[in-house]
Amino acid sequence: MSLLNHTISQQALDAPAEAFVELAGVGKQFGAVRALSDVDLRITAGRMTSVLGHNGAGKSTLIRIIAGLVKPSAGRVRIAGDAEDKLSPRHALSLGIRCVFQELSLCDSLTVYENTRVLHPNLTGRRWRNRSRALIQQSLDTIFPGHDIDVNELVGRLSIGRRQMIEIARAFTVTDVPVRLVILDEPTSALDAKAANQLMQFTRRVRQEGCSCLFVSHRLREILDYTDDIVVMRDGRVTDTIVMGPNVSASILVEKMGAVHDEAPLQAGSPTRKADGRSVVDITGSNGSIPFRATKGEIVGLSGLAGQGQRELLLQVLSATQRLDSHCKVTGKAAYVAGDRQSEGLFPLWTVAENLSIGSLSKVCRLGVISLRRERTLAERWRAALSIRAPRVAYPIRLLSGGNQQKVLVARAFASEPDVVLFDDPMRGVDVNTKTELYGQVRRLADSGCTFLWYTTEIAELWNCDRVYILRNGRITEEIPRHALSEERVISASFERT
Amino acid sequence: MTSPNVRQWVSSNAWVWSYAGAFLVFVAMLPFTSGHGVIQTTQVALQFSTFYVMVGLGQMLVIALGNGNIDLSIPGVITLGGFVGLGAGGDGPWGAATAAGATLLVGISAGLVNAIPVRILRIPPMIATLSSGFVFQSVAIAYSRGASAAPPALLADVTTHRSAGVPDLTIIFVFLSVVVAFTLRCTKFGRTILALGQNARAAGLTGLRVGPTITFVYIISSTFAAFTGLLLAASVGGASLDMGQDYLLFSIAVVVLGGAAISGGRASTAGVWGAGLLLVLSVTLLNVIGVSVGVRFLVTGLIIVLVLGLANRRA
Repeated sequence: MSLLNHTISQQALDAPAEAFVELAGVGKQFGAVRALSDVDLRITAGRMTSVLGHNGAGKSTLIRIIAGLVKPSAGRVRIAGDAEDKLSPRHALSLGIRCVFQELSLCDSLTVYENTRVLHPNLTGRRWRNRSRALIQQSLDTIFPGHDIDVNELVGRLSIGRRQMIEIARAFTVTDVPVRLVILDEPTSALDAKAANQLMQFTRRVRQEGCSCLFVSHRLREILDYTDDIVVMRDGRVTDTIVMGPNVSASILVEKMGAVHDEAPLQAGSPTRKADGRSVVDITGSNGSIPFRATKGEIVGLSGLAGQGQRELLLQVLSATQRLDSHCKVTGKAAYVAGDRQSEGLFPLWTVAENLSIGSLSKVCRLGVISLRRERTLAERWRAALSIRAPRVAYPIRLLSGGNQQKVLVARAFASEPDVVLFDDPMRGVDVNTKTELYGQVRRLADSGCTFLWYTTEIAELWNCDRVYILRNGRITEEIPRHALSEERVISASFERT
Repeated sequence: MTSPNVRQWVSSNAWVWSYAGAFLVFVAMLPFTSGHGVIQTTQVALQFSTFYVMVGLGQMLVIALGNGNIDLSIPGVITLGGFVGLGAGGDGPWGAATAAGATLLVGISAGLVNAIPVRILRIPPMIATLSSGFVFQSVAIAYSRGASAAPPALLADVTTHRSAGVPDLTIIFVFLSVVVAFTLRCTKFGRTILALGQNARAAGLTGLRVGPTITFVYIISSTFAAFTGLLLAASVGGASLDMGQDYLLFSIAVVVLGGAAISGGRASTAGVWGAGLLLVLSVTLLNVIGVSVGVRFLVTGLIIVLVLGLANRRA
């Protein structure tokens, strides 16, 4: 294997010289988090470069730097041979860089042709509508022959698959600047098989005309069949650059994505087998999804690439506790801990105590009236239990650090004495010490019979779980028991091979 | 000069500004009134500001819901409450009680009529309540045919009587204000209102009963407005079709001048009183000076803009 590695790397060095985008030593720091470090990358004209990596590998940051959405904090970016220190989205556009993002950038309340006009401010004058219609119509006809999209329709009325087709077709429309590089971030995940195939075929044609593609996909088949260069990322670094050849297989790619991990995963306590316990959450399998089950006191991990339906699963479980759901049976009470604490968790005008007690007000009530004394006692108890660093419980929550705010949200869930705790990636952006403390609390609560459904984007966190489910395209595709859990297995299951 | 502690306290208790303003206006008015005029002016100011507080309390709860919730149907409900209440009352021994019962019914139904389009049809509250307010006003016109019944004697007495110099209505509504403030701070219902106004998604995910709370708050607001109509009509001897007019702007003004967040999540009951006094005293001062109606409106508008501008700068 090492021999193969060597030859592949050697080939990469000998790649053709004409690079459209060239990154040298590029790094990006978000506060204390290092998202990218020392990345060298060449995107050659007329070739497709695939970026491959699991969650947090730095793929999106890399893409956003090239698109001009994020300014690198270190290193140099050269585009078409010129150094670009202050790349903005507008400027990137004028250099011929186009983006197709997973979270679509179309305006729902505008028609298809009006959305096309948004990308081309130079479509002016009395006849801009007709010119815009013709432009997008032609692009759609070329890329997706036989499509049934009416360009006069409002985008908001179209299915997600058709919107994705428009987003792609729009990226390839040309008025003044020729398209030099198209960034395709999971472009096929919302497309049906036929449209996905049409798109991949089309990328071959544009490459012959000298246009480059930067491609991100969780379908290894597409990468293997259509890519010229593969860049493997891990923990914010480029760990491998592979030139496509007959030797490259899905297994090699999976291995490379997880190959350099050797630090011991953070965990607290050793998991105990509880698979024989009473079932607390039961979701019937359907539509290619395997059945889901969580028993009393079990910590069940939800993994896979970000945004593959893990959140939706948690919300389904949460709503099943309130109204009847024939596919999802939940016994007892559920409490949800948000990962995006600003928009889904915190009540910013309130104190720590008020934020903490809101999930369990009935416990501090007497005859329907909240006893402020009991509320304070409850808050004091949880402040001590999770060592929340706030001077007093009547302290404004917005003055706490992010990690301590997150602890308050966890305490809010725990204080309500739930049967199921739903974790929506709550440790994202939390410092290591807080994480370790919270892992211990989770294990302690699980030992006393509370079930956890834990969605995490960090593979290392899965070692706190008794069992792991992998989600892909909104379906549960694989169940991994604790003893079979390995990073490679998780990565391999996250990507689609066929 | 001010210590950081004082500054911090003031910034989280924005209602003090409305009292400071009211006090300043009061002092400015002193030179224009001779001796005994002071007490009379204060009594009249209390009487009038009580009516502002009545609608203000309901509007405050609606605005505290955040997410664009606002009750613009208040003028319509006031008019309808006044006419229907007096119409149902009559001269009998139970006149006042029937009037109150009819007004309560008007309030509850109006609240439901507001809540249904807001919650189920998801029409923006501003449009939903503005149009339903128009409907209430039309119903009031149809019901009254332009004529109003005379208020029951007991009701007329309550609205004009003073105990130890303080209007009875003021005493009743100070008590109700305390109840509202307590509800906000110490009941699950009140906490749900404030939570919704700060972060509606988080409130839903925490398992708070979002829908029923919104409906109930609109019912409370309409009920306060309907009773304002009844009491206002009783105090002047009969309902009129334009009696609710002033209350559209003033109900919002007392809430916002009182230090509540227009975006929701923070309410101040004490502030509603301060703001009510500030507005009434300003109008009284302008009356005493003898300016024209146009200038009076102009100055009232300027005060609102000025205070809001200052409040936003602090935030």
